[in-house]
Amino acid sequence: MTERERPNPDALLAALQRDEARGRPGRLKVFLGMCAGVGKTYAMLEAARRELAAGNDVVVGYLETHGRAETDALATGLPALAPRIVNYRGIALREFDLDTALARHPKLVLVDEFAHSNPPDFRHPKRYQDVQELLAAGCDVFTTLNIQHLESRAEAVAQITGVIVQETVPDTALAEAEFELVDLPPDELRARLAAGKVYLPERAATAQDRFFRAANLSALRELALRFTAEHVGQDVLARRGAHGTGGPWKSGHRLLVAVSASPTSASLVRWTRRLAGELHATWVAAYVEPPRPLSPEAQARLARNLGLARELGAELITTTDEDWVRGLLRTAREQNATQLVLGKPATGTLLERWRGGSVLHRLIRDSGGIDVHVVRAEGAPAAVAGPRARLEPPAPGEWPVYGWVAGIIAGVTALNALLDPFVGFYALALTYLCAVMVLALFVGRGPVFLAATLSALLWDYFFLPPRFTFFITSFQDGLMFAMYFVVALVLGQLTARIRAQQTAERQREQRATSLYLLTRDLAEAPDLAELLAVVIRQVGRAFRAEVALSLPDESQAAGVTAYFASSWSLPDKEQTVAAWAYQHRQAAGRGTDNLPAADGLHLPLLAGPRATGVLSLHFPDATPLSPAQRDLLEASTRQIALVLDRERLRDAESQARLLAESERLGTMLLNSVSHELRTPLAAISSAAGGLRAAGELNPVQTALTRELDEATGRLNRLVRNLLDLSRLEAGHLRVNPDWHDLRDLVRAALHSLGGALDRHELRLDVPPELPPVRVDAVLTEQILVNLLGNAAVHTPPGTRVDCSARVLDGWLVLCVGDNGPGLPPGDPMRWFDRFQRGPEAAAGGTGIGLSLVQGFAAAQGGTVRAENRPAGGALFTIRLPHTPPPALPEETP
Amino acid sequence: MNPADKPLVLIVDDEPQIRRLLTVLLEANGYRVLTAAGAREGVVLAAQHRPAVMILDLGLPDGSGRDVLRQVREWSTLPVIVLSVQDDEAGKVAALDAGADDYVTKPFNAEELLARLRAARRRATGPEETAVICARQVVVDLASRRVTTGGQEVKLSKTEYDLLRLLARHAGKVLTHRQLLREVWGPGHENDTHYLRVYIAHLREKLEIHPDAPEIILTETGVGYRFVANE
Repeated sequence: MTERERPNPDALLAALQRDEARGRPGRLKVFLGMCAGVGKTYAMLEAARRELAAGNDVVVGYLETHGRAETDALATGLPALAPRIVNYRGIALREFDLDTALARHPKLVLVDEFAHSNPPDFRHPKRYQDVQELLAAGCDVFTTLNIQHLESRAEAVAQITGVIVQETVPDTALAEAEFELVDLPPDELRARLAAGKVYLPERAATAQDRFFRAANLSALRELALRFTAEHVGQDVLARRGAHGTGGPWKSGHRLLVAVSASPTSASLVRWTRRLAGELHATWVAAYVEPPRPLSPEAQARLARNLGLARELGAELITTTDEDWVRGLLRTAREQNATQLVLGKPATGTLLERWRGGSVLHRLIRDSGGIDVHVVRAEGAPAAVAGPRARLEPPAPGEWPVYGWVAGIIAGVTALNALLDPFVGFYALALTYLCAVMVLALFVGRGPVFLAATLSALLWDYFFLPPRFTFFITSFQDGLMFAMYFVVALVLGQLTARIRAQQTAERQREQRATSLYLLTRDLAEAPDLAELLAVVIRQVGRAFRAEVALSLPDESQAAGVTAYFASSWSLPDKEQTVAAWAYQHRQAAGRGTDNLPAADGLHLPLLAGPRATGVLSLHFPDATPLSPAQRDLLEASTRQIALVLDRERLRDAESQARLLAESERLGTMLLNSVSHELRTPLAAISSAAGGLRAAGELNPVQTALTRELDEATGRLNRLVRNLLDLSRLEAGHLRVNPDWHDLRDLVRAALHSLGGALDRHELRLDVPPELPPVRVDAVLTEQILVNLLGNAAVHTPPGTRVDCSARVLDGWLVLCVGDNGPGLPPGDPMRWFDRFQRGPEAAAGGTGIGLSLVQGFAAAQGGTVRAENRPAGGALFTIRLPHTPPPALPEETP
Repeated sequence: MNPADKPLVLIVDDEPQIRRLLTVLLEANGYRVLTAAGAREGVVLAAQHRPAVMILDLGLPDGSGRDVLRQVREWSTLPVIVLSVQDDEAGKVAALDAGADDYVTKPFNAEELLARLRAARRRATGPEETAVICARQVVVDLASRRVTTGGQEVKLSKTEYDLLRLLARHAGKVLTHRQLLREVWGPGHENDTHYLRVYIAHLREKLEIHPDAPEIILTETGVGYRFVANE
């Protein structure tokens, strides 16, 4: 095997993870067609019938048969969910009911028309998002899709057919999908149409006119075929990469597309997506934010363009730079982009052409090792020169400003009329210029432009001879007029630009400051309450919004509960949205893809894989967030999440410390009690031994020392049991599992029983081939001591006591039985309760032995059982979990 | 015997009753006794009087029994027998790993303590290394690497022999699981106790007359193993 053919471990892992990802969440199968009427739904139903026949749990979630008889027939008999009926503008609509489907949770759900848009007030605006939730919940889904609804192909379809498709599905939603192409030659489709098999007869003719022309159908079919081929090709490539059968490897390309607020950016983004797909390259959409703020319309367009890029799978980068070319190239280098995609400069006015050309020239000159694609952009002009290209049309809110400017210039004209008799008309130009400059300090570029033009015209009309005409007679006056106009315009624009830059600078500074303040105050907050107050105050101030925080709460079904001191008290409906955001760890509400009908924006606070809460914002107006604000919000949520997580850890830590401290105190107390009780015992027993060791004893003395030994042994066992019981009670019992030879433990138990079993016949049955067992030696020994000790006490001398050990089905089974009188009638398990004493044991026993046995077994994950043997006598069975010991190293002889 | 020839035992225990009792017991059995009630006193007396054996209570109220052991081990190899409580397996193991020679569990048996004392003394004063170690019917000849039981040669694998040799060379002393595993299988196997369980079972099968009631290789539950050689 050559180096090149060896399977790439990373690729294998990736393929494995993809397989796993398919295994855990549901599998999506898409029946793809070139247009309506090729039989997608029919093919889907056939496949579903096959699944049903194979014994799978199949449910029809939603089906649109368009009243076609054949399809209807195929659907009858399949279990189906009731559709959700909603009233939309007076029409009753049948819709897919996501919650019913999730509650029913079948193996496979059929959801027709993947690209469908849901009515308002549904959880998701699009049906494909419903499907994604189903998949995430682990249901497999069959669905249908026409090629024109695919985001990356929508534009091509629009060019072919002239029909603009509104309902599109992002390609990312299909990344893990399996495709089945439902193909039909165009002629056959037209024949089916003519036969009225596709739409209802009365609608067939109109549909045919617009869409189903033969040329259109061939082109659509080609698109669908090509898409499927490409998809299959990708799968094959992925496998080939993993299995090392040779062939192309990942290209290592990385594309960067320059996105702006221009309407042409959308087609640029789609173009890049296609190229990235063909090259198997990753891609980035970069937006270079100009120093001046954008108008609300441009803002909205930009948000749409960036949103499209995200939907198509791009990574989004926003950067700020005075110089667009420099900012773009810096981002490209930071992102390791190998290819740059931008729109062709506009071919409008001479000025625009010159500007576009020079920008492009500079970009290509400075791009170094990066390839530059300059792509013809569909739609409006000036893609490259983006920020500099033109003045934005005034927003509705700016009209009064123009009025004010005109009024002020009129006022200055009146003033000039008063001054005119005293000074020359040239001096009046300076008054105007002064007014324009002052205005530029307060108003935007558009109004300044108006002021400059208006003042030049008024000066010409009222003061330049001949007066009350626009004519200029002398060359000197003409030159003066032209120069005035240019100077007023340039100075005004420059001043306005500086001011705009200052404003932008200030905004950036505000953003940085608010993030800094947030971070600082969060770091300084002494406790959780203050921390939350800081979040609510600072975020509210930075975004001029009402803020609510929801924190995890295990007692609530939703998993979160709103924090009471929020500045926005969440209505019930918004609480549901916040809970959804928390559970799905996705942003929800206004401006997002999830539950966009909500009033507020709900952002999960993510620290690593877990959500530490939800931040909800309620904005007073409807303007969308600018990319800068979005960035700030994202950075803020990250900060807050980290701090909350830290707080949670600190909490857990102090809890643990408290627990450890109480455990330490408990252990200390027990140890000292144990010491106090055992010291005299040690003295008694060693004194008895000392007597024997000191020399010859007469028989009476020997018997007495043996009594002393036996009494101390019994007292010692009792002390030990009592101490064990208090440990068990206090939850301080430590289990310390290790590998042991069970025969050692049995011997140790017999040893600590001393002579207690001497008057019984003991039968041990521990096979030599019993493997080492992983148990706690002390606890297991005590289990045996108590069970064997009990048997000795509760059965008459001379009877038999059995002790056996076996390994059975992953359990170590210890049995201690006797052939004594057996357990008294009644539930035998009650003997494991504390202080339950056998009737014949009235003279001895504290009734804690068996409860200790039960506690020690449970502490090791085991169970206990007591019963009477059929042949007479009691039988106690202890089961402890057993795993076979790991293999021993092979020994070289 | 001249009183000065009697071996000197240093007892470090905070309980006066235990000190009194041990003094009586040991003096009756031919030892001289020195007692200390605390850790500091114990270290000082050990340095001044160079006792033959030290009996050290691990459960000193300030928990410093182990400190005494550590400090004494810095300059002396005198045998140390540790007194410990019943449930403190971890404490016994730690003391043995820190250089204690043996341990006795409270409440202890006088005969047992005296036997341990004798064994510890013998190890400390006896010849450095003996090439042949006898334990009941078993003879381990370290020089020729031969092991016989009742005169019959026993075939042992390399690991079995390594383990047996290690135990036999420290006959009478408890070797902890950790010590055995590290010496025989190497560092990194200190927690593979199941190796020991399997190999000890093999050795008992091959050497003991009743493998189910071993007399040569004894288990100290939760602590380690002890090889019992003939006295």
